[in-house]
Amino acid sequence: MSKIQTPAIKKLKCTIVEAVAKAGEGHIPSAFSILDIVWTLYDKVLKFDPKNPKWDERDRFFLSKGHASLALYMVLSEKKFFPRERLEGFAKWDSLLGGHPDRNKVPGVEASTGSLGHGLPMAVGSALASKISGVKYRVFTIIGDGEANEGTIWESAMLASHHKLNNLYCIVDYNHSGDRALRVDDLVEKFKSFGWQSISVDGHNQKEIEKALKVKTTDKPIAIIAETIKGLGAKMMENNPAWHHKAPTPEEFTQILKELS
Amino acid sequence: MSMRKQFVTTTEAILAEDKKVVLLLGDIGVFGFRKSFESFPSRVYNIGILEQATIGTAAGLSMSGLIPIVHTIAPFIVERAFEQLKDDFAFQKLGGNFVSVGASYDYAALGATHHCPGDVGELKNIPGMEIVVPGHSGEYDELFREAYANGNPTYFRLSERENAEKYPVKFGKAHVIKKGKKATVIAVGPILSRVIEACQKEDVTILYYTTITPFDSETLKKNCPSGKILLCEPYYSGALAWDVMNTFSGKPITLEFAGMPHEFLSHYGKDSEHDEYLGMTPKGIYKHLKKLIK
Repeated sequence: MSKIQTPAIKKLKCTIVEAVAKAGEGHIPSAFSILDIVWTLYDKVLKFDPKNPKWDERDRFFLSKGHASLALYMVLSEKKFFPRERLEGFAKWDSLLGGHPDRNKVPGVEASTGSLGHGLPMAVGSALASKISGVKYRVFTIIGDGEANEGTIWESAMLASHHKLNNLYCIVDYNHSGDRALRVDDLVEKFKSFGWQSISVDGHNQKEIEKALKVKTTDKPIAIIAETIKGLGAKMMENNPAWHHKAPTPEEFTQILKELS
Repeated sequence: MSMRKQFVTTTEAILAEDKKVVLLLGDIGVFGFRKSFESFPSRVYNIGILEQATIGTAAGLSMSGLIPIVHTIAPFIVERAFEQLKDDFAFQKLGGNFVSVGASYDYAALGATHHCPGDVGELKNIPGMEIVVPGHSGEYDELFREAYANGNPTYFRLSERENAEKYPVKFGKAHVIKKGKKATVIAVGPILSRVIEACQKEDVTILYYTTITPFDSETLKKNCPSGKILLCEPYYSGALAWDVMNTFSGKPITLEFAGMPHEFLSHYGKDSEHDEYLGMTPKGIYKHLKKLIK
């Protein structure tokens, strides 16, 4: 797996760590895990207009694993949906940016997520709505491998293939954090058996991610199983469950920023 | 016409009138909608037996500008998919319609898995969820037409039980059936006929509620001269207790309950047999009334 981090990604990771340090809480490793994917989506794939976030024909992105919200906030601010300064108030009393994203507060956020297993069903509904209404757009969602324990993921997988939703892309952030509880094993084969086109990619290789996100099918939804490292970029966090929801101490903060610089 | 048949008639008409409406059936009522499947193939789905993903999918439709109607048996909408109703609809402030069949113990012989007397009380815990309990098929038609496109999540509770006649209804408003001095009796949806029979010889006010949330406090406040209230609910008793108490905040009132006791029903048989067993009859209601106004 690629462990190369572009300077742009490293810079975004620094800002995420700063936001969490100020807030005193946040899911840094989960955000790091999906950052290359979210960045590639907004930089290379999605059709959107930050000045008109509700534009009918925009592509939709649903962050089903809402606890990784900082990755989404970072990219949305980079893409001018809201000013970067808002990140400084992350998770504070009157902030628009909470620990989980809220569609009624944050421009560019399509769905309020947090409880796992909700984003993919909503993405299915949104993709189906495009087919019903004739308004052309694509729908992308990121779920986690632990989230793939939820029954709703497989309920939705059946719905999506049954209704031939070839405008739906489900990216699994396969950082294996769920392995310690209930392994989901070969997700490429699992999605295939549910009638999806299914591809495995290196979830930190942006070129590979972009290529997968541009796959088109005639009548199948597309699953992209992205092998990732939870916390990539900060050694002390990488695949370390203790860091799942934690703010760095001043010493840890300095060390993480040094590593990312 | 039964409420179930009325649901088909009303939905078919609205599908024709409003191109934003999409119907999702949880493999229930499919035969009844056979014409709609042909007339509106892109907007009528037998979605399957997957209630949680169905509600999530409906939320996805709603956030894309469509108006979903989800239909299945009450416990599977309300209790199986409760978190989806809470998070995907109410929290996100999305409009949608959830039309259940099998109110309380309508499916008496099928046992407790198919009973749902907890639905109203449970849904009242979701801020922003509207709850409608019609007592007659004609009332359902009027209430659904009034509320289905209002942009809020709304639960419509169909029942096999109907009142003897249709009464004037308006979404969010109670209807005064009669005025009296000794007590105010609140009748919810299909229990009204039994309440009227129970109260026929008593000088009491009867208020008829078909919208549970939002609760019409104003009508209650104006029609409770005695400060004594009998709450008659056809589901687990007490779902409206807070609304009633809050209406008279700071003032003493006496509240008596003639709704369904909070227990699993271990017998089968007919709904009328359960009525007798639970005291959900005119005679049973009258006993509570006498206790209140003795």
